[in-house]
Amino acid sequence: MTVSPLAAWRDRLAALAPVLDVAEVPFRSQLTVRVSDPDALAAAGSALGVPFPSAACTFTSGTGPFGDAEVLWLGPDEFLVTASPGLQVTIEEVLRGALGTAGGSVVDTSAQRTTVVLQGPLVRQVLAHGCSVDLHPSSAPVGTCVQTLLARTGIVLQVTGEDRCTILVRSSFAEYFAAWLADACTEYLAVA
Amino acid sequence: MQLIPCPWCGPREEAEFHYGGQAHVAYPEDPAALTDEQWAQYVFFRENPSGPFAERWSHHAGCRRWFNAVRDTRTHDLLAVYRVGEPMPEVTA
Repeated sequence: MTVSPLAAWRDRLAALAPVLDVAEVPFRSQLTVRVSDPDALAAAGSALGVPFPSAACTFTSGTGPFGDAEVLWLGPDEFLVTASPGLQVTIEEVLRGALGTAGGSVVDTSAQRTTVVLQGPLVRQVLAHGCSVDLHPSSAPVGTCVQTLLARTGIVLQVTGEDRCTILVRSSFAEYFAAWLADACTEYLAVA
Repeated sequence: MQLIPCPWCGPREEAEFHYGGQAHVAYPEDPAALTDEQWAQYVFFRENPSGPFAERWSHHAGCRRWFNAVRDTRTHDLLAVYRVGEPMPEVTA
């Protein structure tokens, strides 16, 4: 049986509920796409049913042949495609076909990171305890996607709603992240 | 902590970056033709100005791209940042 990186933390994270609803969404399909050719990017976007983000530090989402999928901007020629679990092999083949001869790479990185969804009115405030990126809605509106450090560990942070964020954290750092999150919530739990 | 303006990601904390030494050090056109002294000059010798200095930085915790920055070595102010391949902008210290 496959155990998700934060399986042992499920109860402790659920106990943060008065402050934050924390849920791990494990085993998402994740593919790192490296391509700079604009035509190939457009072809990959239409194969996926989700256009690739054109602006830095943003993500796009949509529904296509692989259900709900998201494309995250990681760098000027680097993107992360995320979709429901178990689709990575199929998506990899389809994207490789879409890139054609343009030159680029599609790599299955599903095991690299686990996904944690945080929801609650205090989500930006709690994350600000360990993250130097300005998370105020005026500078991090819905649709923002940044790679940064949270309490010294590398994360990908997606702002998916006014009070909802998705964090992608390396599987081996997930327990550290969970422990930090539990600690950061402590002061709000006391008054909740 | 000082913020460094990544040309792709915008201002980020200094801890997200790595330093890469002097920028615009061209690889010798014909390395085999260099004397040992010229090779050592290329490999080991760097400028050490007091004032604006063009440097390479890597945003390793963000977009993982290398870029160039002009930093005033006296004040640690970043006077300009620019992407690899772009010419060094004019700066006034």
